[in-house]
Amino acid sequence: MTDSTPHEDAIVERPLVALVGNPNTGKTTLFNRLTGARARVGNYPGVTVERRIGTLTFEDARFSQADVLDLPGTYSLTARSKEEQIAIESVLGTSSPPPALAVLVVDAGQLVRNLYLGLQLIELEVPLVVALNMMDEVTTPPDAEGLARLFGVPFVPIVARRGDGMEALTKTIAAALAAPPVGKVRPPYPQALLAEVEQLAQHSGVLALLGERHSPARAPIDALDLASPAGVDSDEATASARVAPCARVSAARLRALALWALGSIDEDDELTGIEPSLRRACLELRAASDRDVDAEIIGARYRFLDEHVAPLAATPATSDAVVEISESRRLTERVDRVALHPVWGFALFALLMLAVFQALFSWADPAITLIESLFGWLGASARATLPAGILTDLLVDGVLGGAGNVVVFLPQILLLFLALGLLEDSGYMARAAYLMDRIMKALGLHGRAFVPLLSGCACAIPAIMATRTMERERDRLLTMLVVPLMTCSARLPIYTLIIAALFPATQLFGFVPVQGLVMVGMYLLSMLFTLAAAGVLGRTVVRGRRMPLVLELPPYRLPTLRSLLRQMLGRAGLFLKEAGTVILACTIVLWALLSFPRLESARMTQDVASVAASSVAIANVAASPPNELASVPAIATATAALPASPICGTLQSALDEDARNGERARRLEHSYGGRLGKFIEPAIAPLGFDWKIGIGLLGAFAAREVFVSTMGLVYGIGDGADEESLPLRAKLKLEKRADGEPVYTPLTGLSLMLFFMLACQCMSTLAVVKRETRSWRWPAFLFAYMTALAYLTSLLVYQGGRLLGFA
Amino acid sequence: MTLADVALKQPMTVVAVGGERGLRRRLMELGLVPGTTVTVERVAPLGDPLELRARGCTLSIRSSDARAIAVAPC
Repeated sequence: MTDSTPHEDAIVERPLVALVGNPNTGKTTLFNRLTGARARVGNYPGVTVERRIGTLTFEDARFSQADVLDLPGTYSLTARSKEEQIAIESVLGTSSPPPALAVLVVDAGQLVRNLYLGLQLIELEVPLVVALNMMDEVTTPPDAEGLARLFGVPFVPIVARRGDGMEALTKTIAAALAAPPVGKVRPPYPQALLAEVEQLAQHSGVLALLGERHSPARAPIDALDLASPAGVDSDEATASARVAPCARVSAARLRALALWALGSIDEDDELTGIEPSLRRACLELRAASDRDVDAEIIGARYRFLDEHVAPLAATPATSDAVVEISESRRLTERVDRVALHPVWGFALFALLMLAVFQALFSWADPAITLIESLFGWLGASARATLPAGILTDLLVDGVLGGAGNVVVFLPQILLLFLALGLLEDSGYMARAAYLMDRIMKALGLHGRAFVPLLSGCACAIPAIMATRTMERERDRLLTMLVVPLMTCSARLPIYTLIIAALFPATQLFGFVPVQGLVMVGMYLLSMLFTLAAAGVLGRTVVRGRRMPLVLELPPYRLPTLRSLLRQMLGRAGLFLKEAGTVILACTIVLWALLSFPRLESARMTQDVASVAASSVAIANVAASPPNELASVPAIATATAALPASPICGTLQSALDEDARNGERARRLEHSYGGRLGKFIEPAIAPLGFDWKIGIGLLGAFAAREVFVSTMGLVYGIGDGADEESLPLRAKLKLEKRADGEPVYTPLTGLSLMLFFMLACQCMSTLAVVKRETRSWRWPAFLFAYMTALAYLTSLLVYQGGRLLGFA
Repeated sequence: MTLADVALKQPMTVVAVGGERGLRRRLMELGLVPGTTVTVERVAPLGDPLELRARGCTLSIRSSDARAIAVAPC
C-alpha cells in the first residue's frame, strides 16, 4: 500500500494511525469515538487476531482523513508469542505499512504502568500522541502539561466514554501527522548494558526487524519515513534520508531495536521473521553476560517512571500513603463487597448467568419461531405462485431454506451480545472471571470462558462468537473447540424423539421416570465430555505457553447504549456476511445432494405431486381439521380394506398424501444423499445404524434438528414430522433389519444419541469457527476430532452393549 | 517469604522475582521489579487470584505466579 505505489500523493492523503494501549484503558471505546460508524475487520497474517481499521476525518487539516488501526491491548512491546509480536510489528510496520503516528491510550489512574509501553514506543522513535483517558475517575488529575514536557510528546486529557476531549485529540492528531512528535527521553540503562547493546545494534538482523522497506536490496523512497523522526539523536542520519533513496535509521532507533531483540528473543520463543544469526547473537550475548539483562532493562524503565512520572501522576507512588479515591472507585469498593463476597458473590453470579441462559433459551424463542414461520410462509407463497419444478425447489428449499438457516441465529446472537456488552462494559465480566478463575483454571480454561460455555447450552453459534471476550488466542481457540460439545437446544428434538420412541415410560424405583433420567444423563455426560476435552486439548493441541493470568478489576461503569448497539449490530453483521454465506452455500449443496438425481419417472412424479397437491387443496376445504398426519396410516389401512366402498374426499386426499410421501421417500433414497447413506452403511453399521439413519445424519448437517424431519421423509411420513410425531415414533419401533431384528432398540437409541451428542453435525458451527479463526484449519480439526470421538464412543457403547447381552 | 503468603494490606517490598523467563519478565513488566512496594489488597473467595496494588495501579495475578515473587516487610 505504501511503497511501490505510483501515486505518492494518495499515501500522504491517508496516513495510518495506530491505537495502542494496555488492556482495559478504553482503547476500543476511543476507537469507536474516533472512527464513528464503520470498521473494516480483517485478520493479522498467521494468527487468529482480529484487525480492525476505521476512518478518522479531520476538519481543515493537511490530511482530510486517516486510517485508524486498533491494536490488541498489550502491557509491553516485548514479545515471545506470534500473537504478542503483532504489537511491535504493527508499530514498526514490519510487514505492513508503518503507521505515521501511534496514539497511546492510558488510564489516568494507572499512569505509571501504562506509560511503560509509552516509554518503549518513544525509545523506538515512534511518533506519539498520548490520550489521557478516564479523567473523570481521578480526583487529582495528572499534570498533562508536565508529562508532555517530560516525554516531549503531546498528552491530551479525554473521557472516551463520554466523548470529552475528542475535538482536542483529533486536532492534536492532525497536527502530529503534519509534524510528527518524537519523544526524547531515555531510561537510565547501566553503562555495561548499553555497551553490549551498542554492539548488537550493528547486527544486520536488527535493521531487518523494520521489515523489507529497509533492506538494502529494496530501497524505495518511503513517504512515511521522510516524515518521521527529525532531530533526535542523529539529525544527520535523518537528513540524509531525505535525499538518499534508501531510508536510513537513526542510531538510537537501532539501539532500541537491539534492546527489544535482547529482551524478546529466547531459546523457545515463537517469533517469526527473526534472522537466525541475530537470534544466535542475542542468545550468546545473554549467555556470556553474568548480569541479569531482563531485570536491568525493565528495572531501568521503572526507575525512570518512578522518579519522573509518579510525581506528576494522580495517585501517590506508594499506596501505603492515604490514597485519594474518586467517587466511582468508592462506589466500586462498596459494590465489590457484595459482588466478590464468598456467598453473595456466587449467588449474584449464578443469578446473572441464569438470566443470560434464560435469555438465550427462552426469550429468543418467540423471535426464532417468528423467523421460522416467516420463512415457511415465504416458501409456501413462492411455491403457490411459481410453477412447480426444479427451479422453484432450488429457490424454496435451497435459497430460502438457507437464508432461513442463517437468519434464525440472529435473535440469540443479538441477545448474547447485548448480555456480553452489559457484563463487559459494566465491569462485571472481570469480576466473574475473578470469582471463577480457580474453578476454570483447574479445567485449563480462562475464567471468561464461562459465559461462552454456558451459552453453548443454548447454541454453539453465538457461544463461539462470544469467545471474543478473551484476549489470548490460545484461550479463545480452546474454548471454541470445546463449546460445540455442550448440549445445544438443537439436540433436544433428537433426544426427545429417541427417548420417547425407545425408552419405556416407566418409573425406576417407583418414582424416577426412566425417560427423564436418560435426558438428564445426556446433559451431564455432555458436560463431562466438554470438560475432559478441554483438559486434553489444552494439554496437547492448543497447549500454549504458560502465561501469568493478569486481571484488572475496573471500576463499575454504566454501559452506554451506543456501544451496546454497536457491538450487537457489528457482530450480527459480521455473522451474516461471513458465516451466513457459508451456511447458505452449504444448505444449497445439501439440498442438491438430497434432491438429485431425480427419479427417472420424473414426469410421473410431477404428475403425482400435482394431483396430490390439488387433492390436498380440496381436502383442506372438505376436512374440518387440517390434515392430521397422525391419522394417515390408519385411514389408509381403512380404505385399503374397503376397496369397493365409495371414497369420500378426505380419504382420497389421505391416500394421495400417503402416495406422495411414499414417492418422496423413494426420491430421497434415489438421490446422491440416499446413495451416500447406503454407501456409508458398512461404516456406521457397527454403531447400530442402517442406511436410513445414514441419510438422516447427512441431512442433520444443515442443523441437528433436521434429523427428525429427514427421518420423517425417509419413512414416508412427510416432511412435517417433528419430535412429537406419533407415526414417526411408531415407524421407528416397527423398523426391522434384514434378519427380522428391530433396528431401533434402546441400545441403538443410546448409540445414536451419543453420536449426536459428540459429533459436529452442524455446518453453522463450522462456518462460524471458520469466520472467527479465519482459516479452514480449525473447523477441519474440530470436525475431525468430534466425529472421531462420536464414532468411537458410539462404537464402544453399541458393541459393548451387545457383548453384555443388551439387544 | 513470597507474595503468595503475606497478610492482606501489609506493605511489602519485592526482593527478587524468580520463575521461568517469560513469566518473570511479564511480572516485572507489570511493575513488580525488585524494590517495588506492593500490597495484597484482596483474595478471591476461592483463594485465587490475588488482587495487588503497586505504584497506585491494581492488578490480579494467580497465587501460583505470586509464589515466584520474593518479598520482605518494608
